[in-house]
Amino acid sequence: MAGLRSTLTRPFTDTVGLARWMLVGGVVLTVIFVILAIFAPWIAPYGFAQASAHGVPFPKVGHPSSAHWFGTDRLFFDVLSRTIWGARTAMEVVILSIFVCVVIGVPLGLASGYYGGWFDRILVLIMDALYAFPSFLLAIVFSFLLTNAFGGSVLAVSMSLTAIYIPQYFRVVRNTTLSAKEATYVEAARAIGASDFAIMRRYLFGNVVQSVPVLGTLNAADAILTLAGLGFLGLGIQSTDAAEWGHDLNRALADAGSGVWWTGLYPGLAIVLLVTALTLVGEGLNETLNPTLRRRRLLPVVMPGRPADLPTGEEKH
Amino acid sequence: MAIDVVDDRFDATGHEPVISARDVRVWYGTTRGAIRAVDGVSFDLAPGETLGLVGESGCGKSTLGRGLMGLLPEGAKRDGQVLFRGQDIFRLSPKASYRLRGSELGMIFQEPLTRLNPLMRISQHFEETIKEHEPRLTKDEIRERALEVLRLMGIPPTRYRSYPHEFSGGMRQRLMIALALVLRPAFVVADEPTTALDVLVEAQIVQILNDLRRNFQTSLLLITHNVGIVAEACDRVAVMYAGRIVEQGKVAEVFKNPQHPYTRELLRSTISLHTTGLNYIPGAPPDLVDPPDGCRFHPRCPAAMDVCATKNPVNIERAGGGRVECWLAGPEDQIPEGGKRPLKQEELTVADEA
Amino acid sequence: MTGAPLVAVRDLSVHFELRGGTLSRLLGRDTGTIRAVDGVNLDLAPGEVVGLVGESGSGKSTLGRALLGLVPATSGSIHLRDDDIADLNRRQLRGIRRTVQMVFQDPNAALNPSMTVEEAVGDALRVHGMRSASERRAGVITALERVGLSPVELFLSKYPRDLSGGQKQRVVLARAIVLEPELLVADEPVSMLDMSVRAKILQLMLDLKDELSLTYVYITHDLATAKYFCDRIAIMYLGRIVEIGPTEEIFAQPRHPYTKALLAAIPDPDPDTSVPRNLPRGEIPDAAQPPLGCAFHPRCPEAVAQCGWESRDLRVLLEEHWLRDAAAYDEEKRIVGDLDHLDVPSTTASVGSGGSAAVRAVLDGVKKEDPGEPMWKGVTAMEDSGSGVTMHFEPAEAPALRRAGGVDVACVLYPDEGAEGS
Repeated sequence: MAGLRSTLTRPFTDTVGLARWMLVGGVVLTVIFVILAIFAPWIAPYGFAQASAHGVPFPKVGHPSSAHWFGTDRLFFDVLSRTIWGARTAMEVVILSIFVCVVIGVPLGLASGYYGGWFDRILVLIMDALYAFPSFLLAIVFSFLLTNAFGGSVLAVSMSLTAIYIPQYFRVVRNTTLSAKEATYVEAARAIGASDFAIMRRYLFGNVVQSVPVLGTLNAADAILTLAGLGFLGLGIQSTDAAEWGHDLNRALADAGSGVWWTGLYPGLAIVLLVTALTLVGEGLNETLNPTLRRRRLLPVVMPGRPADLPTGEEKH
Repeated sequence: MAIDVVDDRFDATGHEPVISARDVRVWYGTTRGAIRAVDGVSFDLAPGETLGLVGESGCGKSTLGRGLMGLLPEGAKRDGQVLFRGQDIFRLSPKASYRLRGSELGMIFQEPLTRLNPLMRISQHFEETIKEHEPRLTKDEIRERALEVLRLMGIPPTRYRSYPHEFSGGMRQRLMIALALVLRPAFVVADEPTTALDVLVEAQIVQILNDLRRNFQTSLLLITHNVGIVAEACDRVAVMYAGRIVEQGKVAEVFKNPQHPYTRELLRSTISLHTTGLNYIPGAPPDLVDPPDGCRFHPRCPAAMDVCATKNPVNIERAGGGRVECWLAGPEDQIPEGGKRPLKQEELTVADEA
Repeated sequence: MTGAPLVAVRDLSVHFELRGGTLSRLLGRDTGTIRAVDGVNLDLAPGEVVGLVGESGSGKSTLGRALLGLVPATSGSIHLRDDDIADLNRRQLRGIRRTVQMVFQDPNAALNPSMTVEEAVGDALRVHGMRSASERRAGVITALERVGLSPVELFLSKYPRDLSGGQKQRVVLARAIVLEPELLVADEPVSMLDMSVRAKILQLMLDLKDELSLTYVYITHDLATAKYFCDRIAIMYLGRIVEIGPTEEIFAQPRHPYTKALLAAIPDPDPDTSVPRNLPRGEIPDAAQPPLGCAFHPRCPEAVAQCGWESRDLRVLLEEHWLRDAAAYDEEKRIVGDLDHLDVPSTTASVGSGGSAAVRAVLDGVKKEDPGEPMWKGVTAMEDSGSGVTMHFEPAEAPALRRAGGVDVACVLYPDEGAEGS
């Protein structure tokens, strides 16, 4: 247990200066959003598709007031509630997609790097092809296809995000595996008779996944943006299925012309804040986990003083 | 087996020392505290003399070499006085040190492949080095100088335009030595120059280093963990342990009559062709962030006394020439009453092993 | 040697294909093979310690790995009692892993950084079917106690980064003996440890040999430890055994010039001895294109006519000449011309572009400088050709091992009693 605790706190204790504040700031902000996401039903004043309360319909495009802190939009929804519920949607989609990415991408990369041969070549070809495509375009295409298959749901959008991010996990893990499998301890594992599967699971896995957490966090940031982009284009999640910031922004476009600022500002601000928070966490983690970047908190060296003139013959301490 | 053996040891008495180091300290900053890698080292080096700095891993010998050259990583601090031809090189401005390095102070590293630029031909390496310090030479003069020093190292002129990776390991090390010597520095630090090489090539390089003294009058600080190399290539030896030089003197004298228990144990545990029994030193070198009180070797010393655990030994002149720091050698008047009783030692188990 | 050997290696060769650049593969050019082990015969009697001594590129490490099946044999056989290791597939190899194990050189790299000592040593048991964790623990504890890591409880949960070099090497040893093997291949087990600890680990290995009736193959470049540790020593050079015999015999009367050189070159802490002056010149040659004839001949101070002289030796000679006589370099280089074509090994060498007479003069000059140079003895003919000279060398095969006194040596200096004539 002490080991786990020290591993979790190491990023904080080991860093200094800017890196540490980046990490702390990012984590705090992310935690706020996570709390909003988990406790949305309790925190948000109204439901995300609620157009009336106690039989009284909400105003259409109403100014921010005491009843509606962030105002209401053209569909009679409360902007504050939609913003808070939007956090839940974003979290769901992103967590699901990154999870599937890791579950599929990491083992594939490991096996590919370990076995090599034509299996590796084919996979690399596929992954590189996926990676080479402009990711947003690919997301649109996948989103289209999957929405036809699954309907406009969280699952469909998550899977389209997964498809565009998998190559990164694959590459990172494959490259680390390629060099790790040359290590003497892997040869030693072979010498004691371990099977390929045992070698990959017990000897390689723990030693090749160090980059994955950083990658995951930075991908999450990118995923939020991509999700918002898809929603902005009207693809993926519909307003009545769930609250989605990008989709709200789309509807806010028309309002901007008539001087209505609150329908666009708050969802936009939410996107910016969450993406920034996740990026800060990712970069902060990178600074700590990546030994070449890490600037450890070195204690300054203070040497005890000495007499002004040094004896040249016999030495005394 | 007819092998002719030439003894060309150097006699340095009566010369003004090229390097005069006094109380040198190099401490590294870490997250735990300062590692006292070199903690009060003093030595002299006469012109044309080779001093072997020998010790095991972690004793601070590499750090001392780098500290002298000013090639320390971030967070390290150095202290003390090192006089090079009268100038204290520790007090020079960065610009002045930079000018000295290469032309007056040279360094030879352990792994030559990583120290040569793989994208530059050998000729370019030499041109760059020579031009940096002697900008007024013409291209032909530079080529002449380079070819001459390469010739002395046994590298034929047909290879002048090759790339580093086209050379074998031993040739690369000769290249490194040639590069270090082309400007005729007065003082060269060689950090484990033969450790990565095969036995026969190692012997060739040792021969080259021996010839150095005669041809170039260069003073050489040879850092190594191999006691045999010291015996073959050096005039004097300094044995280092836990950041301090525990014994120094002429090689023949120190190796035949070692006065410090560590020197004695180190020689005993060295396996050579004449070894008849296996000896080792129990325990491990101390933690350099918080070294033990008194003599740093006392926890492992078979002859430790009570005073050794409390008072640092004094650096005195040893019988037969040179210096040693050990209470067994005195000075008697500084040992308190009862200090000579044998020390009750904690038994050293495998858990304390190096 | 009485009784059947534990391991019988016959004509073993391990060749590695060099992957040439894309261009050479496209053009179908031969990319070359590295003959890491080239026709080795070796018997290991139960309970003996055989040393494989050689420098880098000698093939000793590859031979050691072949004994475990870690590298595939290109030809030949390795008989471990009745099984031919060279012939087994993956699954069958796992079976012999209970009998043959390995101790690695670098204790820092040989242990999985994310496994504790207990997990690392216990994995050997787990892989071979011991499912019960408590049984594994018991086996691990026995092994750790055998290698001297006590108190055992202290070490079970440590990670490699918490251990010192000597302690790590003990863990490596424990992992190797936990399966109770019969043969242990030790690849430079102490060369990365400090001097003060080496003796301890070597002593431990000797004790284990007696306790567990082990047979050792001790791979090293350090003849001094081999002398202390081994019963028999095989000196290897470029994939072949050049001398093999009982330790005392090898050291008392080394026969092969390479063995003699190795012995003379060992740095000795005795300050009265000095580095010998007539060391073999040059370095270990490229394994992809070994010298013709005897692989050691370009460096051998005792070479004769039948050692397999070739074109590359001529180049080396010319370059050495220019090292001695720098002033003549520019002039003579013009006469002799480009030398790169001499790097293709052949028993004919054409050199020179400045007129046959001038080239002959240069060559005569070189010969006069050192008439004792063995290469000249191998020249069978020298004729004018074009604007230069063509030299023919006596072709020769690499010498086979033959009996000489108490050892087997692969050198033409010692007459092969089995061959016709001599």
